[in-house]
Formats: sequence, structure tokens, C-alpha cells
Amino acid sequence: MFRPVWCAVALATASVQHGYAQSQPDAALREDVKALQQRVQDLERQAQSSARPAAESAFNPAISVILQGTAARSSQNPDDYQISGFAPSGGEVAPARRGFSLGESELVFAANVDHLFRAQLVASLTPEDEVEVEEAFFQTLRVGGGFTLKGGRFLSAIGYQNPIHQHAWDFQDAPLAYKAFLGGRWNDDGVQLKWVAPTDLLVELGTEFGRGRTFPATDPNRNGAGAWSLFGHLGGDIGDGTAWRAGLSYLDTSPRERSFEDAGVMQSFTGRSRLWIADFVLKWAPNGNATSTNFKLQGEYFRRSESGDLAFGTTTGDYSSRQSGWYLQSVYQFMPRWRLGYRYDRLDHGTVSNGLGLTAADAPLLLTEHNPTRNTLMVDWTASEFSRVRLQLAADKSRAGVTDNQVLLQYILSLGAHGAHTF
Amino acid sequence: MRLLLVLAFCFLSWPAHAALNVFACEPEWASLAQELGGDKVAVTSATTAFQDPHHIEARPSLIARMRNAELVVCSGSELEVGWLPLLFTQSGNARVQPGSPGYLEASRYVVRLEVPGVVDRSMGDVHPGGNPHIHTDPRNIAKVAAVLAERLAQLDGVNAAIYRSRAESFNKRWQDAMRRWEQQAAPLKDMPIIQHHKGFTYLIQWLGLREVGTLEPRPGIPPSTSHLAELVQQMKRAPAKRILYSSYDDPKAAAFLSQRTGVPSVMLPFTVGGSDRAKDLFGYFDDLVARLLGAQP
Repeated sequence: MFRPVWCAVALATASVQHGYAQSQPDAALREDVKALQQRVQDLERQAQSSARPAAESAFNPAISVILQGTAARSSQNPDDYQISGFAPSGGEVAPARRGFSLGESELVFAANVDHLFRAQLVASLTPEDEVEVEEAFFQTLRVGGGFTLKGGRFLSAIGYQNPIHQHAWDFQDAPLAYKAFLGGRWNDDGVQLKWVAPTDLLVELGTEFGRGRTFPATDPNRNGAGAWSLFGHLGGDIGDGTAWRAGLSYLDTSPRERSFEDAGVMQSFTGRSRLWIADFVLKWAPNGNATSTNFKLQGEYFRRSESGDLAFGTTTGDYSSRQSGWYLQSVYQFMPRWRLGYRYDRLDHGTVSNGLGLTAADAPLLLTEHNPTRNTLMVDWTASEFSRVRLQLAADKSRAGVTDNQVLLQYILSLGAHGAHTF
Repeated sequence: MRLLLVLAFCFLSWPAHAALNVFACEPEWASLAQELGGDKVAVTSATTAFQDPHHIEARPSLIARMRNAELVVCSGSELEVGWLPLLFTQSGNARVQPGSPGYLEASRYVVRLEVPGVVDRSMGDVHPGGNPHIHTDPRNIAKVAAVLAERLAQLDGVNAAIYRSRAESFNKRWQDAMRRWEQQAAPLKDMPIIQHHKGFTYLIQWLGLREVGTLEPRPGIPPSTSHLAELVQQMKRAPAKRILYSSYDDPKAAAFLSQRTGVPSVMLPFTVGGSDRAKDLFGYFDDLVARLLGAQP
């Protein structure tokens, strides 16, 4: 707004100076013009910076909204979904509903609180008209020395995919291992302390203490932490084109009366649950320029051991299990906007023993010796950074003796502030 | 025990009185910091001239490098919005958080072009702060050099005199070079050109070229066949003299248009390191001017 005025003033001054300067040597004149040009530019810059919003709204947090929806077909009823041979996790692990359905709509608010803290809220509006707090946390900005403290509810840093929001996943649903061992994801209420080592190779170590709000824990309602975890990551580059990260995590929980009903009998587990996750991811793009083509390979291995007491109806006896699962997936962007992905999932029933003499006939869900597998194929099209449409096909053998063939079409739209995604 | 050994090793390998660690988001600022700091600085660049700085991931090696930085120099104006904020929050480095002396946003010190009055995503990837590719005008480099030298002097007071004298020497050589480039490029004035992305807008303004179109239908949206067909029609009516694309752009669209219209397409290094000749900032502008002149039919 002021710019034209300043320019006019400057030009007028320049022409007046020019009149005076005719008798002076050319060099001095040039110096004058240069000084004036500099002045005009400085004033322009000032005008530009003062054009920024000055009202209270200038401090609004960055707001973004994620909208999702699916249209799905499946040969089995998603309402009956179960992973045979594994204790049900109680999370939202079923495949997409049949027909048209709205996915979770996310509202994200993020901003620096002050010079010391940053905070973020991710609220999710479910298609069942409920509001869930997915994340609401603060993190420190200036502890220094590579340390960061986080507190509140947040997606835990265990595993590779766990801290990634669902809309940024490469497939519409979580790997079977996440469904069976974490109920889809682990986002506890608690604190996280993380340290990045001062080395050229990324060495990141951290620990979390939380309430133990959800599966595999059972919200113990006691003083102190109901769950704790440790995680470590190593990562770096190989040349300009390849980046990698590998990690190891451990989650320790003590569920009390974690119960579910199977074949008409109430069962509950009380004891200790220990979960190990080994993960790696590798990303490649020609010269590190991912715009046209790029490739991503990721895999995770889960191993869980639980020991304690199993209450079966009115009787109680010893219980212990060692179960595992893994997945490997790769996504290839073969031309701008188009990506193709494949994922293989497998769970291993392992050993489950109980002191009650129960067999698979008594407790089919827990004791059926079934190793679930799933093959998933997807292709997606990304119009811009803010919209994506995906077609996904899956043959899911989570249920013993049954193959669930699934087809779904999904859209993911992101409105508002430009989000930044983790590696 | 093994963990303790690893930790001990990490601390021991941390040099106590080494050069000032400078983390540059783009190679041009790395090159500038090197010019001004000489052996008093250890410079690393997060990107290369073959990478699109809009689309970088906050990959592990960048978190590790950010962790050790004492000064972070970036273009700003939302260019690094998809990855830089994560590096700040994940590296646990208090010295370089925005708002501290350890963070320098170059675009704040120059007059930004194409600052939009209205922003909407239907316009493509527009930057509310204006076009962020300020480094393609050497006058901007000179301005940022002055700020950067002062910042180095502030952060590393012991060597302040060295930074200031190097800045003076750089500025002198830079002003001479600018005069040379401007003389060489005089025949290019008013030349109509088409560019792939709005990556050379500042260069175009400096040399007085005229942008008559872009291969991207909207900023950040890859060229489409329908848009290229429109450009072919447009160039029949009003031919451009050059089709410019950068070292990180896919050359196919420029080649397609060049073939249809007979107008030469010219690859310009996007920044330092984008061509054999662009080894430093001087070589970069030498090469830009030479390539623009060289394609004369």
C-alpha cells in the first residue's frame, strides 16, 4: 500500500539530485543513485514486512483438517472380524465397513506455545459421531543437548509405523501385527524423554512412561506408570539417493483382568506382557529427488511374551504365551503422481500354554493354532500434496480357514496448513 | 555396559573447540557460508541442486546434522515448510530454534517477489510469504552475505574480525562480478522466456527478461499435456526465445515443447553444484549467464 508512495518520493528525490549533480563527476552521481536504490529497496522491504497481519489472529495455530472416506466390498462381514489364535485387542482393527463410509476426519492444531514449548492437538471425528483425542501433547524446544521431553497423549515412538498418523500410511489399514499386538496403535497418556546423540550417524534413544490406557494394558487405576517402553533408532544416508533407519523397541505392561468373551465363556488375563519390535525402513530416489520416482521398503518384526494367570469362567490357572508377527511392504512411485504398493503380513501363533487343560475346542479364539496371513496390493494417485485417491485389494486370512477378499477405494484430502510428515 | 561405552564414544568424538557448525538448507547458503567463514566454519547442506527443496523428507541424517548445528541458514518463505519444522522439533537443539540467533532466514532480508494478495490451494503451491527462490538474483546474495557475516561474527566472537574482513573481500569481488555479468547479459534484456517452475523469477527480474509462461500449469503441479498444448498454441502467436528448466526438473516437458516449437530449451543449474561449472556462487552465475547466452540460435 505504501510502496507506490515511497517509490514516488524516491524517484522525485532522485530527479532533484540529478539536477544538482550535473556538474559533479559521473562516479559520484552513480554512487548517489545506488544509495537511493538501496533506500528504495529497504523501504520496500519494510513495507512488505509490515503488510503481515497484525491482529490477534496472527497468532492462530496452524490448523489443518484431514478428510477421508471409503467405498468397500468384502467377502466376509467386517463386524465378525477376528484374528484367530490371538487374544482380541479391542482396538479398531476391523476392515473398512462395507459400502460407502466416512473415515476418520482429523482436526489438527499445532503451534509454539512460547519460546520453550510446542503443542499439538489431533482430534478425530469418527463416522459414529464421536470425538476422540488422538494426540494432545506438548514438547520442549530448548532443553538442548539433544534432549526433548514430550508429555500428554501422543503416538508412541515404538516401532516404525506407530508414530505415523493413519492418513499418511501407505495402505488404508494397519499391518496385522499392529492389529494383534497393539490394537492398531499405541497412544498412551504419559511422558517421553528422547535424546539424539551428537554423531553424524543418527543415534536416538528414548523412554516413555504412561498410564497403560489401552491394549495390551488395561488402565490399572493406580499411582505410578502402568506401562513403560524403551526405543532406539539408528539412521543415515547411503550416497545422495538412499536413506535408512533401523530401530528396536520394547513395551512392558501389566494387564489386570484383561477380559473378552469367546464361545460363551468370559476369559481374563492378569500378568505381565512384554513386546519387542524390530523395525527398518529404506527409501530411495534418483539423486534423492523423490518428485518423479521413488521407492520405499519397510518391515517390522513383533515378538510378544505374556505370562500370568488366566481366569476361564469361574476357574483360574497359569497362562503363558510366546507369539510373533511381521510384515514387509514396499511402495514404488513409478511416475509422477502414481504409486504402486505391495504388503505381506504374517502372524505366528507360537506357543500358548495354560494350566487349566483348555484346548482349542474350549477357547477357539485364544488357542486355535492358526498362522494368519494377508496379501495386500494398492495403487494410488496423488493430484497434489494435498489429495490422494487409492485402490486397495487384499486377501485376508486372519480368520482360521476363511479368506476375506477385500476391495476398497479411498480418498484422503488435507485442507489448510501444510503439514510436515516424519520420515 | 556396552551402552555406556557407546555413549562415552559419542561424547569423546564430539570436538571441543572445532569450527562453527553451519547447517544450510540449500547449497547456495552453504557456499556463501563457506566464502565468509573459510576454515572457521564446517558447512553442510541439507539438499543438492538435483533435489527439489520443496519435497525433502526429515530423514535421519538431517536430524543428526541439525543436532550438531550452531547456525542454520535457510531460504524461508515456506520453502522448507514440509521438513524443516520437524528437524527443529526432533533434533533437541536449543541453539538453532526459530527466534534464536542460531537461525537465519535469508528471504527476510530481501524484497520478495510475487507475494500473493490472496492465497488458496486451488492456485497450486503458492507461498504466502512470496517466491522463496531468492538466490537467483546476485543482488540478494550480496544482501544476505552482509547479514550472514554479522551473524557469524555474533556467534563466534573470537573470529569476528576474520568474518568481517572476508565479507568485505567477498563483497568487493561480488560487486565486480555482478558488473561483469550484467554487461555480458545485456543482449538478453526484454527476451521472452518460458520457465518450468517459478524457480528463476528473481534471475528474470535481475536481467530484465520477460516470463511469458510456465510449464507447470500451477506452481508445484507437474506439467500436463493439455497445458503444454496450450503453450504450443500460445507460442505460435507470440514465440518465446528460451524454455528454461532447472537441474532438478524432469527435462521431458521442456524437450517436448522445444521439439514442437523449435525454441531452444536450456537447462540451468538450480543452484551451486547443479553443473560442472557451478562449483561455487561465482561459477554458478558465470554458468547461468553463459547458458542463457549460449543457446542463441
